[in-house]
Amino acid sequence: MARFIIRRLLQMVGVVFVLSLLVFLWLRSLPGGTVSAILGERATPETRAALSKAFGLDQPVWVQYLKFLGRAAHGDFGVSTGVLPGSDAFQIFLSRFPATIELSVAALVIAVVVAIPLGYVSARRANSPLDSSLVVVSLIGVAVPVFFLAFILKYQLAVEHHVFPVSGRQDNLGCTRVTNFFVLDGLLTREFDCSASALKHLVLPSVALATIPFAVIYRITRASVLEVLGEDYVRTAESKGLTARVVRGRHVLRNALLPVVTTIGLQTGGLLAGAVLTEKVFNWGGIGNALAVAFERRDYAVLQVLILAAAGTYVVINLLVDISYAIIDPRVRTR
Amino acid sequence: MTLQRTAPLVLLTVAALSMTACAQSERDSGGTGGGSSDVKDTFTFGAAGAPKLFDPLYATDGETFRVTRQIHSGLLGVKPGTADIQPELAESWEPSQDGLSWTFKLRQGVKFSDGEPFNAEAVCYNMERMFDQKGAGQQAAEYWTYFFGSFKDDPSNSLYKSCEAKDDSTAVINITRTTSSFPTILSLDSFSMQSPKALKDGDANNVKAQGDGFTYPAYAMNPVGIGPYKLQKYDEANKTVTLVANDTYYGDKPKTKTIVFKIIPDESTRRQELQAGSIDGYDLPNPVDWKGLKDAGNKVEVRPAFNVLYMGLNPEHNPKLKDLKVRQALMYALNREQMVKSQLPEGATVASQFMPEAVSGYNKELQPYPYDPEKAKQLLKEAGAEGMTLQFAFPTEVSRPYMPDPQKIHAAFVKDLEAVGIKVQAVSKPWNGGYLDDVNNGNYDAWLLGWTGDYNAADNFLGTFFSNLKQNDFHTSVMPWGKTLSDDLKKADAIVDESARDTAYQDINKRIAEEYLPGLPISHSPPALVTSGKVEGLVASPLTAETFDTVTVGK
Repeated sequence: MARFIIRRLLQMVGVVFVLSLLVFLWLRSLPGGTVSAILGERATPETRAALSKAFGLDQPVWVQYLKFLGRAAHGDFGVSTGVLPGSDAFQIFLSRFPATIELSVAALVIAVVVAIPLGYVSARRANSPLDSSLVVVSLIGVAVPVFFLAFILKYQLAVEHHVFPVSGRQDNLGCTRVTNFFVLDGLLTREFDCSASALKHLVLPSVALATIPFAVIYRITRASVLEVLGEDYVRTAESKGLTARVVRGRHVLRNALLPVVTTIGLQTGGLLAGAVLTEKVFNWGGIGNALAVAFERRDYAVLQVLILAAAGTYVVINLLVDISYAIIDPRVRTR
Repeated sequence: MTLQRTAPLVLLTVAALSMTACAQSERDSGGTGGGSSDVKDTFTFGAAGAPKLFDPLYATDGETFRVTRQIHSGLLGVKPGTADIQPELAESWEPSQDGLSWTFKLRQGVKFSDGEPFNAEAVCYNMERMFDQKGAGQQAAEYWTYFFGSFKDDPSNSLYKSCEAKDDSTAVINITRTTSSFPTILSLDSFSMQSPKALKDGDANNVKAQGDGFTYPAYAMNPVGIGPYKLQKYDEANKTVTLVANDTYYGDKPKTKTIVFKIIPDESTRRQELQAGSIDGYDLPNPVDWKGLKDAGNKVEVRPAFNVLYMGLNPEHNPKLKDLKVRQALMYALNREQMVKSQLPEGATVASQFMPEAVSGYNKELQPYPYDPEKAKQLLKEAGAEGMTLQFAFPTEVSRPYMPDPQKIHAAFVKDLEAVGIKVQAVSKPWNGGYLDDVNNGNYDAWLLGWTGDYNAADNFLGTFFSNLKQNDFHTSVMPWGKTLSDDLKKADAIVDESARDTAYQDINKRIAEEYLPGLPISHSPPALVTSGKVEGLVASPLTAETFDTVTVGK
């Protein structure tokens, strides 16, 4: 197991390294750039040259890249020029990432908590009217683009009827920041109104974002439970005289959940991508939001860190999925 | 087995508990002040972007200045609702005979928000501080470079010379040449007065180049100035900036105690927030939405136009453009009337010259070229340029106050140009993705661009475009009149007497329109801001430089 994890981690370093080169070259091959973004209409060839020189952008790309690598080796990923000028790019990532995680986790929790029981019920009552209507709902969940649903939810429940806030993560309550997970921060500092406000802001975006994983998890649970219900060992367990509860809990659900866990893991990566879109609609101050601003202002350092960190996160999540799979299914471990 | 399962849970709980112990609420427990009951104590404004920092010397963009303007003041201010200067921290000013030495009488009894006194010494400290930027600070102090030329370590090109504190309330600023821009430029936000003590203590000049960016001292996020408000908190994680009334402010107390800037990059989200009542206003509503916003009970405050949209022409890139007849033909070919009506907000006008009417030196007698495609064809024929090819560029991923939708404006003009037999090669690039570079590097025959004035001076428009003969986007250096125009602009700018100066600029405007036509002035377009119907007291500024201390928000 340890060797497996180490090998995967080494692979991850390789992936991030190659990606860093690609991202670095790609950003610098784009026309325009940081200097234009800062100077705007005021730019003249003179001011342009001076600023390029100050930023070291006048040097050959490979020199710039080597310098970047040298600094990155010491944990210095550069300084923001556009998102929050002067701030350490990695700090910006650290302050924004919790927002994206908060949103993704909330969405995943909603999806899992709703989808697994419904999937189970559907399978138990396969082909009943309840089952059919749930299947249709899940189809809609997969088919409707997240941002569209997000927009409808926002318009109906926030703009037209003021049930939830339109956008943002929290009302301006002067809350103390500890981890930048706003719900958690409120609990830690006992500023419970801050947590409440953060939760209220979390509802619409996380529900919108939950639809896709919900639909997928629901359908996998349903199919999987249906399959297990037909297995011989279930019939054996029933005929052995085990109570219905034990059969369902220990034999049906546990076996049926195996593919579900894999699905949840795979959905997590997609969730991060979906979160970026949802962030835009709800002006959620996470990674997606920072990426958009960084791109608009051609903030190279922040773009590099965000893209690399997102890639790294994706790889780590995949690794965690593999590990959890090994834990649930002993056969994977021994292989 | 059970231990194995519960161990992580226990650990997690312990960790959470220990964190609880560490995390202290840092919130002010101050109550929400009473105040009269029919107005709210907070004005919430939807900003399109985050401020970059709060030391205005290093600021360059509108979203940053919008915030710094509330917490800083300069020697000179701008009369609300106009582009004209008025006394602010200086009560009056007077030039010496030769116009090179300016005496400022300062307002007395004024304090910075840290309690330090504002006096002539503080003025000179600030001027010297700005003048004495070093290293990366010089690049970061972009507005100083732009308006004052250069810095203390190489003063060859500097407008600023020195500053003397005659007595507590008299400061004298010496400059190296006369220009219409001085002392008007002292009204710009960048040159606001900041507390000398705080500047010193905060090591405010400590800008460093690091990697491919600059780092700023902590002072830049926590400045001390003189303004109706002071910065309370920039909550980067929640994208809000909170300002509170500055108790030490010399002027009238702000009508609303707190201002909150909520940063909402997406325009439709800003509109929805306004509709839901969670913000009280936002800037630059899309002209398409003006009517809908008004119908919904909001106020659309239209600012007087203080900008110009033009079609730039580069005779070096396309020699056919060297012929005045060709340039005039282009002008006659464009149906600007129609474009202004269909693409720009109400109140927009067709331009007759490269500056809007509010700028001194505007020539009222000039009429815009009429739309006359027949005349255009005839001129092209006379010039032997029938069926000429014109490469014509527009920017994407951008919307400017003078050009809400560049692509549509471009499309309309392409049609007009093709109608008189010109073959148009349409080119486009993202604004920050090479467009501005290409314009600067002279890669287009023709392009769309514009300018929003910084202050009321013809030089800020005409000088920006044509004064620098060696390097300007219009490449006037290849034209026989390029040098004359540049010299005359510099001469006009140096005239001390206002009315003589205005006459000189009026004459230049006439020659630009009739004899030179280095580019085609297109239109002036009024930007707007929108507030909910409950907001009173907001005065729209042509410079988009509103201060919010007069604003009240009804409940």
